[in-house]
Amino acid sequence: MGSYLVRRLLLMALTLFGMSVLIFVMLRLVPGDISDILVDAAGIADPKEKAKIAKELGLDRPIVEQYGQWVGGLTRGDLGFAYVSERPAIEEIAPRIPISAKLALMALFFSVIIGVPFGVISAVRQNSLMDYGLRILSLSGLSLPSFWLGLLVLMAAVHWFGTIPIYTNEPRGFLAEVGLLAIPAAVVGFRSSALIMRLTRSSMLEVMRQDYIRTARSKGASNASVNYDHALRNALLPVVTIIGIEAAFLVGGLIVTETVFNIPGVARFLVEAIRWRDYPIVQNLVMLIAFVVVMVNFLVDMAYMVLDPRIKFGD
Amino acid sequence: MSTVNHDAELARAGANITGWVSQLAFTARRYPLGAVGALIVLVFILTAVFANFIAPMDPTSTDAKSSLAVPGGKFWLGADFMGRDMFSRIVHGARISLAVGAGATLIGGALGIAIGLTSGYLGGTVDLLTQRLMDIMQSLPLLVMALVMAAALGPSLQNTIIAIAIPLVPSVARVVRSSTLSLREQPFVEAARAVGMGEMRIAVRHVLPNTLAPLIVLGTAQLGSAILVEASLSFLGLGIPEPYPSWGRMLSESAAEYVRTAPWLVIFPGVAISMTVFGTNLLGDALRDILDPRQRS
Repeated sequence: MGSYLVRRLLLMALTLFGMSVLIFVMLRLVPGDISDILVDAAGIADPKEKAKIAKELGLDRPIVEQYGQWVGGLTRGDLGFAYVSERPAIEEIAPRIPISAKLALMALFFSVIIGVPFGVISAVRQNSLMDYGLRILSLSGLSLPSFWLGLLVLMAAVHWFGTIPIYTNEPRGFLAEVGLLAIPAAVVGFRSSALIMRLTRSSMLEVMRQDYIRTARSKGASNASVNYDHALRNALLPVVTIIGIEAAFLVGGLIVTETVFNIPGVARFLVEAIRWRDYPIVQNLVMLIAFVVVMVNFLVDMAYMVLDPRIKFGD
Repeated sequence: MSTVNHDAELARAGANITGWVSQLAFTARRYPLGAVGALIVLVFILTAVFANFIAPMDPTSTDAKSSLAVPGGKFWLGADFMGRDMFSRIVHGARISLAVGAGATLIGGALGIAIGLTSGYLGGTVDLLTQRLMDIMQSLPLLVMALVMAAALGPSLQNTIIAIAIPLVPSVARVVRSSTLSLREQPFVEAARAVGMGEMRIAVRHVLPNTLAPLIVLGTAQLGSAILVEASLSFLGLGIPEPYPSWGRMLSESAAEYVRTAPWLVIFPGVAISMTVFGTNLLGDALRDILDPRQRS
């Protein structure tokens, strides 16, 4: 157990290190850097002016040195300066994290409370009309692009209510914020709920074919007891793992949904920073996302080990 | 005790069916949702291939007079701000979606197969290194990876295909690797080696064909996600550039502004994306049931 943990943590560190190299190199392959954009925007054509900007931003130094400076800073909590706003990157990124985190947690909550019960119903009534209907619903959930679903919701709200609550200033109080985020979170969560529902269904079906379920039935346990006490408890185990996959899924949903609903979170910020070639922001945000995904997967594996005594990662 | 009617059982299992038409009909009856999916995918492919004949107008020709024309009359699905026919743009958009979807899936699949087969077959250090590289690539969500790649490569059709293909590689490589690992211990591989076949030939001729079933299932799923990612990239303005009519970009152009004034600009491209992806998902599910009996429900 102990050695497994150590190995696992080392692997995580290695993965994140590899990611940092990958993202750093990839961003420097871009034809034209921020100095081009700034020069274009200011309408200056003087190459000397451009070289000066590049020097100020440290873009003229060797790439290895630039990388060393970035990663060295990371370990000290110094993320460098954003090119566009010229403020410390941490000041730009940090206030946006809680917004995206709240949105993601609410979306996860939605996807679980919709996905698990529907998955169970679908499995218990396998091949019924209900099952078919729910399966089609979940497949359509996976097929709708979340930005389009967001646009449709916007459209419906504008049509019926004339307006929709938009995240402009800092909302007052917790409830106000939940109210603002509920609709976008439901949009992101709907898509993820489809994934959870499908997994719950197939996992439930698998468990229901096990011998101990037949034993429970032959003992005379009621249908409800067999379905919920015996089957569901065991079927939920693999569903826990999907939360790991969900983390990646949710980030994708957040990127487009924050854009559609104009929510000032990190995911929309990433798109803006990419458009502006604002490397310090992009590389730090990508590292943040990779860290979250790797971390969630790690926690899910740990949770799995605690929940399922059959799994032992001893050796 | 009831007697088994052998003829009826055989007919139910489709044992006496000959000819591909009746085979197809039998499979379609057995997997109705899959048949619907296959039909949608077929319509999508035909639309893309014959776009020039189906579209009544040039998807890029502008006409100020018909700016934001409502659906009906000359413009079945209305016209956008520049007076371009939405129906023609959606028909031609199928081409972009198919090109990017199929292109990315095939390139990602080819790379993934090569990497997975090498990694699983050779094992050792090669395997270890490739697995770590795949770990790194999988630590970013598909859309984020594609976003960064698209930004690094610059907007163009080819670059969008590559930007989506690369993030698809790890899952293919992992599927091929894990089947290869179990396959290379199989007696038929040993037999091939015993009769003096080269390793390369064993890998390609004997191991690879046995990994095809899960690959086809995965490929169909990836086709759907590739189409969705292209739409998202183009929606965010980092995918297919003008003048190609991409479904995703059509939505980004019409997004907030026209939600109130011209809802048809928002509705129809989204329906096109959703229907196509829905079709590939239905087909993928049916293929999984057919090709992978262990997961059959």
